[in-house]
Amino acid sequence: MAKRVGIEVSIAVSDAVTLCDVDVVAAYPITPQTHIVEHLSESVANGDLNAEYIKVESEHSAMSCCIGASAAGARTFTSTASQGLALMSEMLYIASGMRLPIVMALATRTLSAPLSIWGDQSDVMSVRDAGWIVIFAENGQEAFDMTVQCFKIAEDERVLLPVMLCLDGFNLSHVIEPIEIMDQEEVSSFLPPYNAKYRLDPHEVLTMGAFAMPDYFSEIKKQQDEALKDSYTVIREVWDDWGKHFGRTYTPLQTYLTDDADIILLIAGAFAGTARIAVDRLRAKGVKAGLASLKLWRPFPRDDIIRELGGAKVLTLIDRALSPGGGGGPIASEVRACLYHQDNRPDIVSYVAGLSGRDVMSEQFEEMIEESLEYSQKGDIPPYEMYGVRE
Amino acid sequence: MADLPTWKSINHACLVFEPGSTVEYLTGDWRSMRPERTEEKCVKCGECWMYCPDAAIYIDERGYYAVDYDYCKGCGICAKECPHGAIFMVEECE
Repeated sequence: MAKRVGIEVSIAVSDAVTLCDVDVVAAYPITPQTHIVEHLSESVANGDLNAEYIKVESEHSAMSCCIGASAAGARTFTSTASQGLALMSEMLYIASGMRLPIVMALATRTLSAPLSIWGDQSDVMSVRDAGWIVIFAENGQEAFDMTVQCFKIAEDERVLLPVMLCLDGFNLSHVIEPIEIMDQEEVSSFLPPYNAKYRLDPHEVLTMGAFAMPDYFSEIKKQQDEALKDSYTVIREVWDDWGKHFGRTYTPLQTYLTDDADIILLIAGAFAGTARIAVDRLRAKGVKAGLASLKLWRPFPRDDIIRELGGAKVLTLIDRALSPGGGGGPIASEVRACLYHQDNRPDIVSYVAGLSGRDVMSEQFEEMIEESLEYSQKGDIPPYEMYGVRE
Repeated sequence: MADLPTWKSINHACLVFEPGSTVEYLTGDWRSMRPERTEEKCVKCGECWMYCPDAAIYIDERGYYAVDYDYCKGCGICAKECPHGAIFMVEECE
């Protein structure tokens, strides 16, 4: 039976990984992810988890070990953040190109400089094109549930791709929440043992990660791109299946009061919870506001965005990452591009907010929504704005 | 390229199921300079064989060290290392 407990979200993720009975964990500690791998190390040391815990000298090595372990058919997990993700970025492309179902929890944190340990989503956005499935958790329960789901998605033979689960550093990783922790029987009934379709095996030789000449490379990349796009179907199946088993159903774009909304605010991750309060307040004031919490970043849920957001008059898009010298935030750029071909497309107001742990309170989300309406009414919308920056 | 596999038919993730299949790929095509040998100077010491990074030197039926031009990329290490000056490089066009 599932048990509802007050638990730090990092520990809950770590417990989920233990319940998934992973074979190999290779990880290097980095704030704000440390508690996840620290607790996993304890689980292995005290015998709760029968896994190989490889202590490595860097994140580059962590991902390299995961690639080797996964290629040998092991269920494999790692976790990192920020500079750690940057250091392993070379290997991220190899993991996805080799189609290895590694699961990684990313406690999202800003990239230096200036040196900062605080949270935003600039790390995950820096590896947008690494070919991983990227999922955002909004709260502790989602972080727990999605950890289990990630293995099921990654290991599905129609997918065979690595999955990155993003949980906002500190805002999620370090908070204690009431979380329903499933028991071993429940998790095992949902997630069967991993039986790799392709694995390095001395009795059945094959070569992985081989060299491809220019006359083969494009076809391999197209195959990978199609697999990533098609993983959408499997992700939906897994999320629906989870709903049937445990009563919590996830969707790529979780919407709140959007049906009749004139203005919808879209954001990924933990701040969506705060933004929901702003929407409630605005509704009480008679503003037809709604909220969309983006759970799936890759594959990009284009159809969901067009269907759920395309009908609004105004969209307020929030990014916790900046694309310096570009068009503001990466989420805003992609949502704007995907609505471009729609008739009567909404006015789009893009904000970069919550960089490096700067809190965004519900009043501030309210202000952004109201300001977006004003911009739209005036017909004068800035390309993007860094919210709250001192002028 | 029409006879090559499509993205649908190509092996998953570029997997290769046949062991030792790189033998089929003749890297000698890459060569712009070719090592040649003056048999009179060769003392069969085998240094070229030891230094060759591509294992493209073999011992012929008379015990001399000869170049396997199917795989020799023409790096010139054998010519540089030969202690007797028995190996020299010539341009492929010659």
